[in-house]
Amino acid sequence: MEAASIPGGDGATLARSPLARLPDRLLKYGLTVLAALILALIVFFFFELVGEARPAFEKEGVFGFVFGQPWDVAAEHFGGLPLLLGTLITSVLALLIGVPVAVATAIYSTELRAPLTMLVELLAAVPSVVYGLWGIFFLAPHLQPAEQWVADRLSFIPFIGGGSVTIPNYFVTGLVLAIMILPIVSAISREVMATVPSDQKEAALGLGATRWEMIRTAVLPYCRSGIVGGAMLGLGRAIGETIAVTILIGDSPTIGHHLFGQGYSLAAVIANEFGEAQGLHRSALFAAGLVLFVLTLLVNGVARGFVLRASRPNRPQRNTGGPTAGADDLLAGASAGA
Amino acid sequence: MSSQNPPSPPSHQLSRFAVSPARRRKDRIARGFVLACTVLALIPLLLIVYYLLRKGLSSWSLNFFTTDPTGNTFFKSSSIGGIKSAILGTIEIVALASLIAVPIGVAIAVWLVEYGKNSWFANLVRFFVDVLTGVPSILFGLFIYIVLIIGTGSTYAGYKGSLALSLLMLPVVIRSAEVILQLVPGALRESALALGAPRWRVIFSIVLPTALPGMVTGVLLAIARAAGETAPLLFTAAATKQTTFNLGQFMNSLPVQIYNDVTSPTTAVVNRAWGAALTLVVMILLLNLIARLISRRSRLA
Repeated sequence: MEAASIPGGDGATLARSPLARLPDRLLKYGLTVLAALILALIVFFFFELVGEARPAFEKEGVFGFVFGQPWDVAAEHFGGLPLLLGTLITSVLALLIGVPVAVATAIYSTELRAPLTMLVELLAAVPSVVYGLWGIFFLAPHLQPAEQWVADRLSFIPFIGGGSVTIPNYFVTGLVLAIMILPIVSAISREVMATVPSDQKEAALGLGATRWEMIRTAVLPYCRSGIVGGAMLGLGRAIGETIAVTILIGDSPTIGHHLFGQGYSLAAVIANEFGEAQGLHRSALFAAGLVLFVLTLLVNGVARGFVLRASRPNRPQRNTGGPTAGADDLLAGASAGA
Repeated sequence: MSSQNPPSPPSHQLSRFAVSPARRRKDRIARGFVLACTVLALIPLLLIVYYLLRKGLSSWSLNFFTTDPTGNTFFKSSSIGGIKSAILGTIEIVALASLIAVPIGVAIAVWLVEYGKNSWFANLVRFFVDVLTGVPSILFGLFIYIVLIIGTGSTYAGYKGSLALSLLMLPVVIRSAEVILQLVPGALRESALALGAPRWRVIFSIVLPTALPGMVTGVLLAIARAAGETAPLLFTAAATKQTTFNLGQFMNSLPVQIYNDVTSPTTAVVNRAWGAALTLVVMILLLNLIARLISRRSRLA
């Protein structure tokens, strides 16, 4: 690019000497190597993790480790099912509670307008450990009577009702996770909703639709894959969340017998047991980390696919012009804000 | 955006255009639901702020900030000490993490924007950076543990915590810096090149200074995120009571201190956790606030 030939001139006289070009070459190759190191780092991490986890997988078998029971440290038997189930129960619960609320706040701030909703972003500034502290000393004890009431009334439904409610439990964990994923799901939904062409909204209103009918027929269908992608990113967050879950889930290595019982999660078991772990136990914890890694990779991969599709510019009737917010910006903004 | 209110006709003259009562009711219910959900989303924020202030402020005192925590949790509350080592530890660990992550992150962003562009390799790097964004923070701790503690046969140290945090900050810095660098007008680069400046001078004296204010915002948000992380520090920097300025030793930090105090049965220790939590949240909010102010002043972002 430097030695672009000039019409009528002699390119060779304008070209830099090899020595003068050296800093350019160094910078270019230096930066390329640095970028390649990022790739190498992740691949290296993956193989190291597999290497450390191998003894546990060899003893239990991959299937036996992921879907086996029980997690018994003293007997050196490591079945990860209680951990996997705990992670999935609490994360799905977080989605069920968090996503409708997040989408509603996004609708409220983009379609009905309210600067107050920017406050939701502040939830992202609260560190995980503070959610844990607040959850265990304020939310969980205050919710316990209500949870007990629900558990008693719904005792005919398996897994939800019956039994006594403990203060740390799956439900409280899911609820706090829902609060924690609110900002990211809400931010992505809002950004996607902002890309809905105003012609389409005005057309719906012009045909006599009420505000809600306009949102339901023009806004939500247009944003569906973006919202799904945002929800999946939230799911990825919830699955990987460690400290708040460790504090709130009760850290009991058995599958809780109901929604209001104690359990464990993949991330929590590492945070809680890694400090004292030795030998096979430590290897089993690395294996739990590997399962967690693969799980979050899958969820985030699917999420990215959805968000990318939602913000691709070649969508029907997109003639408003102007720079469109690409999915990369959305993701970067979302992760920077969190 | 578009229009103001639903087209509800003001008087009976327009009644043949009027929205039927059933539809209007539905509209009102839906709006009410959306409003209720928004309020619901704000309730936890208010509750958290309220409890943090109520519990946290009561444990704040000059002593709280100027003494190290002690292990004497079974004696009277005055002997449990403050959080001096935790505050200083957090500042030291996060400062070193930023010193590592910011130059590398900005360099990779510069490469993506100036050299990699849309080549397959650049897109591969972007993909891996996104993978890094999604990795749970505790796994960064495990990674550093494998490489620097199992690998070298040594033990926990402050700088190992910094490395774990810098891995966490890296994708945030790269993505935010990339977005800002792309906003630098191409005409600026081209004029410099046309004047005969070599590529490296264009980058160092045109592109980076123009993008600087915008990049500061992303960097501050990354720092704010790293400062609140507990999980990567648990098995890398560990916890200790004493203040130390040696990053080669065990180092205390606010999040780890809070995490350890939460599990204590002693009320005074739990109160110390509330005070530390309020301190941490105030620090992070200040960083966020500064970041927002700078981004508002920047011409690019």
